[in-house]
Amino acid sequence: MSSKVKVIIITGYGLNCENETSIGFEICGATTTKIHFKDLVADSGKLREHHILAFVGGFSFGDHLGAGTVLANRTKYRLGAPLTEFINDGKLIIGICNGFQTITRMGLVPALGAGDFESEVALTTNSQGTFRDAWVNLKCDPASPCVFTKGIDKISLPIRHGEGKFVAKNTATIEKLEEKKLVALRYASADTTKIATEFPDNPNGSENAIAGICNSSGRIFGLMPHPEAYLSPYNHPHWGRQKIDGTLPPDGSGKQIFDNAVNFAKDNLV
Amino acid sequence: MHYRIEIIPLTQDLDITGKKVAKKISTILGIAIQRVATRTVYSLYSDILEPDARKFGEEIVNSVTEKVNLGEVSDNQWTWAIVIGFLPGVTDNVSNTALVALGDILGKDAQDVTRIYSSMEYLFYGTDLDRPKVESIATGLLANPLINSILCLPRDECTSKGFPVNQPEYIISTETNVEKINLDTDDDCLRSLSADRQWALSLGEMKAIRDYLMRIGDTAGRQSVGLDKRATDVELEVLAQTWSEHCKHKIFDAVIEYVDENGNKEIIDSLYKTYIKKSTFEIADTVDWLLSVFKDNAGVIAFNDDLDLVYKVETHNSPSALDPYGGAMTGIVGVNRDPLGTGMGANLLLNVWGYCFGSPFTASEEVPAGLLHPERIRDGVHQGVIEGGNQSGIPYALGWEYFDERFIGKPLVFCGTVGTLPKRINGSLGYEKDILPGDLIVMAGGRIGKDGIHGATFSSEVLTQESPSQAVQIGDPITQKMLSDFIIEARDLGLYRFITDNGAGGLSSSIGEISAVSNGCKLDLSNAPLKYPGLQPWEILLSESQERMSLAVPTDKIEEFSALAKSRDVEISVLGEFTDTGKFHVVYKEQTIAYLDLEFMHEGCPRMQLTAKWDCPQLNDPATTDTVPESNLEQLILNLLARLNICSNEFKARQYDHEVKALSIIKPFVGVACDVVSDATVNMIAPLSKEGIVLAHGVLPRYSDIDTYHMAASVIDLAVRRIIAVGGSLDRIAAIDNFCWPDPVKAAGNPDGEYKLAQLVRANKALYDFTKLYNVPCISGKDSMKNDSTKGGVKISVPPTLLFSTVGKMNDVSLAVTLDAKKVGDLVYIIGTTGREMGGSEYHAMCDLTSGAVPGVDAISAIRTYKALSSATTEELCHSIHTPAIGGLAAGFAKVAIAGRLGLRINVDAIPVSETLNLIELLFSESNSRFIVTIPPRNQSRFETVMADTKIACVGEVVGDEKLMFVRNRDLVVSLQISDMIKSYKTTLDSR
Repeated sequence: MSSKVKVIIITGYGLNCENETSIGFEICGATTTKIHFKDLVADSGKLREHHILAFVGGFSFGDHLGAGTVLANRTKYRLGAPLTEFINDGKLIIGICNGFQTITRMGLVPALGAGDFESEVALTTNSQGTFRDAWVNLKCDPASPCVFTKGIDKISLPIRHGEGKFVAKNTATIEKLEEKKLVALRYASADTTKIATEFPDNPNGSENAIAGICNSSGRIFGLMPHPEAYLSPYNHPHWGRQKIDGTLPPDGSGKQIFDNAVNFAKDNLV
Repeated sequence: MHYRIEIIPLTQDLDITGKKVAKKISTILGIAIQRVATRTVYSLYSDILEPDARKFGEEIVNSVTEKVNLGEVSDNQWTWAIVIGFLPGVTDNVSNTALVALGDILGKDAQDVTRIYSSMEYLFYGTDLDRPKVESIATGLLANPLINSILCLPRDECTSKGFPVNQPEYIISTETNVEKINLDTDDDCLRSLSADRQWALSLGEMKAIRDYLMRIGDTAGRQSVGLDKRATDVELEVLAQTWSEHCKHKIFDAVIEYVDENGNKEIIDSLYKTYIKKSTFEIADTVDWLLSVFKDNAGVIAFNDDLDLVYKVETHNSPSALDPYGGAMTGIVGVNRDPLGTGMGANLLLNVWGYCFGSPFTASEEVPAGLLHPERIRDGVHQGVIEGGNQSGIPYALGWEYFDERFIGKPLVFCGTVGTLPKRINGSLGYEKDILPGDLIVMAGGRIGKDGIHGATFSSEVLTQESPSQAVQIGDPITQKMLSDFIIEARDLGLYRFITDNGAGGLSSSIGEISAVSNGCKLDLSNAPLKYPGLQPWEILLSESQERMSLAVPTDKIEEFSALAKSRDVEISVLGEFTDTGKFHVVYKEQTIAYLDLEFMHEGCPRMQLTAKWDCPQLNDPATTDTVPESNLEQLILNLLARLNICSNEFKARQYDHEVKALSIIKPFVGVACDVVSDATVNMIAPLSKEGIVLAHGVLPRYSDIDTYHMAASVIDLAVRRIIAVGGSLDRIAAIDNFCWPDPVKAAGNPDGEYKLAQLVRANKALYDFTKLYNVPCISGKDSMKNDSTKGGVKISVPPTLLFSTVGKMNDVSLAVTLDAKKVGDLVYIIGTTGREMGGSEYHAMCDLTSGAVPGVDAISAIRTYKALSSATTEELCHSIHTPAIGGLAAGFAKVAIAGRLGLRINVDAIPVSETLNLIELLFSESNSRFIVTIPPRNQSRFETVMADTKIACVGEVVGDEKLMFVRNRDLVVSLQISDMIKSYKTTLDSR
């Protein structure tokens, strides 16, 4: 079952989702390496040995100076060259929550312009002004090039953040995002028929209900919700009802995102 | 050079903080504000050149949402400004991170050449502001004068002088000095010495120290290190910490003469040994899963073949009263260090929190001068624990709030942590550890400052106007997260032999305690890393600066240990070595500053002799039917659901992460809309595991007004039956006891001390009786004995409060059950008997009644019920289970219906009763050991068979009408719309 797909997960400085993210990839058949940021800097060639890089959730540097800011700077200054090589090799990167904040700060998504490491969008303080933990309904865009959401129509996942409101630098940026179908994931109403504009379905006031975006190749993906927190079907808040109704899935739906990444890597990168 | 770097939101719309502050100013202070703009200011004092400072600003600003200015932006619209920074010496976490960022940009360590201070500036627009209003905004909402520097500036003042420079440099010029104090003096002098120096040592204790010094003062040992009969200030400070109520639990250890209501006398030789320990040790003879109890920082029980479970709950009441945010944050990150310092160091798994507050709706004039308003305390406490827990990456698994006006004086802030210990670590048992003479004393984590000095002695005192400001600490969750990640790595590499946390009393307590393992230490304070120079040696020893652990590292491992620490950005220092000399030996710059026998430190404190007198309160039980006409029942139930002790606190609770680690099975809020508080929670032990941890609690302070014996019995029963309600079993439940009492020692200012002590005795008697009956041992606990305030000349004492926290094991999490009604047509059962037990009930509180019988516990029949119900859940017979508590069956049925968004039609005549009850009593009595269960009709006969030996009755069914209906004598006596009940349940604390 085990494939040759290798995933590298950066840890340290207050990141905290490395364990469940690693399990998410492993149950899909990948091999994972959790590595402290400093150890990776000391041995940055290691990046080359892997096919998927994960920036996980957590509170790198306590979100001081803005979520993701300090880790993004540190990555840019200390891992800039090997990271660029990794991207140029067409390998996959996922940024979840704090990881999404970090990769937007580095400009890895949406990467519309030519400028390296230029922020074009931001995840800023939720409109409600507070951290929020809640399950949300999400709708995927079937036309998006995003590798990670392929074949997924709708999915429910938990969000847990204080800075998740998606804003773009200007309207042109938003228009380009939409035009290129880079918005892979949006907050939706409970029956997932409508895009969520109002709280709590749109939990943070994100523009165009954007919950996750990718770059134009679809190989770099950032999202605020946590697929790694829905690996077990029993994680879902309504599993008890699903069991009675006979709709309890065999796996947690978050696993699909890791499955997509591992399968793509197996077919294209190994 | 000084550089001022401003970070400003790009648009008004993006200034969320500004909008939030403006809203709070109008809702809380009632001051109308046109607009508030905010900006963050970093003040750099550095040798770097201007282009580098500019680059720093450009790199840290998020250009999509913010702009940056080097220097001061010109803006001539605002009328007043409030500038808030930190006082010298107070932890400024943001500026510490800014230094890290600057280092990355410069490509070198910035710490040695640069100081950075952060401050927030609030700019107010509008003309109707004046200094008093602005100052009330500053101190009433934005800042705490104990930790913050606060400046209120009118526009013209800034125009002429510019914004003031923020440089809270901590400069102390005092020479370090060790004082020698002669204790060979009279009682009055001893008394005033203790009082003047905040030692909180009694005369008897001062005398014991004097006698000890007179006895050993001239011995060769003491003279050989340059000391004599005089005590050093360091020694006295150490003893004051070690012997503080906080560390020594003198009241629980006292010899008590207890006189009951009939005048019968009984001598109790330590409450702790007689009741708490005795029960646990007797249970330990009958079970094989109690691994480490009462001896480490937290209790340890066996969980499965690979993991043991560690649990501890602590209180942080006094610091939270002074600085709710910082105090509570220290509470949560502090209790995280207990499991981390248990055995060889546990992985931190789940957090719990619970608070007792005054009502946030208390009128300001009812709050005595010098006390913070309960809403401000509540906001600050939540924020501190939210940030502490979230940033540590630990989900909360249980959270509750309880409100009573007597918590205005001191809030109770409970924080707890569950951890897991690998059964074996490098071949040895994970919960065991050792120290050998010669092992190095190593401190890991943050640096030492003046933070929290005298915290242990201060928390053992009544809160007065003079309570010390240095008792306030601010936690730094990220430093601690990096420390705990490092500890786990070092643990698995076998780089240390022993670990414990640094909490109350600092190094003095941690090293003082663990030196007993090897029987001695030689501690050298000269090597301790300081936040700023000028600390006296005794201050270094006592400092409660956060995020520190103490370890014993074998000499052959120190190199590897240090290297790993360096690569994880964790600061460590070697502070001497453990010995077997029997001495607590402390040196500073080669001079001995303390030389005490460990035996005297730990055994020399004279025991207290106390008297307790129980006087049964004489309370009439009015006929409750006369007080309220039954025709008002519907409104009564709606009012009940809106009560602070029943309503939803979801707005605050959702700000805590409960999903990180991917473990949650039954979440803190359940039901169709995830908006009803669950009885208990279930989490997997690891992602995707079949086995789970059930957590529940019981706390019922108002029952203490009538009888603490039944209060304690009730909280134990509640915390146990909540585990049963979510599908757990009685097989393996362990508990933590947290006693928070008003001062139970009779004194001039405390005339009813003997009664309060009798309340404590009775609670302990019940604790013994019922933990034994249920086979639920306490594995760890804590007491906090001086929860009184005299601020503003008003004495306010908390009601005697026992928090009983339970942890259970679930073998298969897929069998867990939630409380929400799930299917129309399901049958509704009541399990257990309802009696006329209205004393201390929420109904009585709502009607201002203080009388009646507190609910009792019939443990034998309860155990039979719990076992049967566990069988029913194992057979998957139940669709929902809820156990009613505060608010009785009325609140219970309402929650089941609200959570399911389904109606219930209940025949109240069918509810099992112990005597004839009127409708009020039936619905609002808080009798223990009851459940509301819904089952699909196909399971009826099997369910009744399984429950055969228990008191059950089918009382109705789940209906499609969205109404809660009560039928009596075939009359519909209550019909409540679910939407109306939701409104009541959710409005009270909505957005608060």
